[in-house]
Amino acid sequence: MGDGERRVVFVTVGTTCFDALVKVVDSEEVKQALMQKGYTHLVIQMGRGTYVPAEASGNSNLQVEHFTFSPSIADYIREASLVISHAGSGSIFETLRLGKPLIVVVNEDLMDNHQSELADELAERNHLFCAHPQTLLETVEAMDLNVLQPYMPGDAKPVVALINKFLGFPID
Amino acid sequence: MGVDAFAAVCCAIPVLVSLLAVRVAYVLCRSGLPPSNPHAVGLRCLIVLGSGGHTAEMMNILTELQKDRFTPRYYVAALTDNMSLQKAQVYEKSLIQGDREKIIEGAQFMQIYRSREVGQSYITSIATTVLAVLHAMWLIIRIRPQVIFCNGPGTCIPLCATAFLLKVLGLGWSSIFYIESIARVEKLSLSGLLLYKLRLADQFFVQWPQLQQKYPRAQYAGRLM
Repeated sequence: MGDGERRVVFVTVGTTCFDALVKVVDSEEVKQALMQKGYTHLVIQMGRGTYVPAEASGNSNLQVEHFTFSPSIADYIREASLVISHAGSGSIFETLRLGKPLIVVVNEDLMDNHQSELADELAERNHLFCAHPQTLLETVEAMDLNVLQPYMPGDAKPVVALINKFLGFPID
Repeated sequence: MGVDAFAAVCCAIPVLVSLLAVRVAYVLCRSGLPPSNPHAVGLRCLIVLGSGGHTAEMMNILTELQKDRFTPRYYVAALTDNMSLQKAQVYEKSLIQGDREKIIEGAQFMQIYRSREVGQSYITSIATTVLAVLHAMWLIIRIRPQVIFCNGPGTCIPLCATAFLLKVLGLGWSSIFYIESIARVEKLSLSGLLLYKLRLADQFFVQWPQLQQKYPRAQYAGRLM
């Protein structure tokens, strides 16, 4: 295949343990699907998980790397052409702020699974794609990055203005 | 004599209880109204950092706060969370570099015991909860904050409850601001629900309009992230 461009898929689970996600991106089917979409590298941040992805596997030519933690996750996101992330709000907003296409995969093993609320809402507004470990393959195959809308970052000023008003401070 | 004393106590208890009830009612009504005295100088602030995404949202509020009005600032984070205070320290240092005259008007950083760690057994969590509550009381009594900023998770509950107790006892007044996490779109978090239902927060913000519709006393003023 054409060896010009390096197109990285970055997978991040934050500080969590989310082996189900690491396993599914490491599966032959998902790797094939990613290659078909033109991605050349797969970088997996596996957090506290114990499942270690195969470095270079089978007949896929996707280059796979993995690591546990890094202080500079933002650098990996910046370098990526696609981010596949757990549903933590930190990872979600960091990726959206850097304007990268994002697939959020909801961890169904979490007890209090409020995290899917945020991913669903943002998916409904076309800021990202939302998937589950079992549906990631379909999501990758079906995704059309052109439908994604840029996310306008929020602004704390109105909240701070109300707090000031409440406390009786003059409005600047 | 013994009978007299007993009778006196019997009479005194209902009086005390009703006085306390009146005071609690007064504080509940007074909360949510602006403080009566205008502020010439800064307000002592307690900023509760909740780890991860919570801390990121709080830092966004912090950058917009007028630092001369909200000073000195006391930061509190859970003992097991070593990232949050570090972030706050980096931020406070960046302020000092920007304005050298205002060095050390005081930002303090403190850690607090958590009631329960993820996966901890219920029996031991009774002991750790007691410890956490006592520690929270100690911090509030020491700091006597005039303003409390919190956005969950659980760490903020004993702090807010103690601050409320001080109001009831007339030992200090604080305005409590709670900003529900952006991750809560359809339902409040447990901390948020407690503060909302018990009316402990003077101002309660949510970050999605659909959540505001479910909780009418909450305010929606846009997203922080």
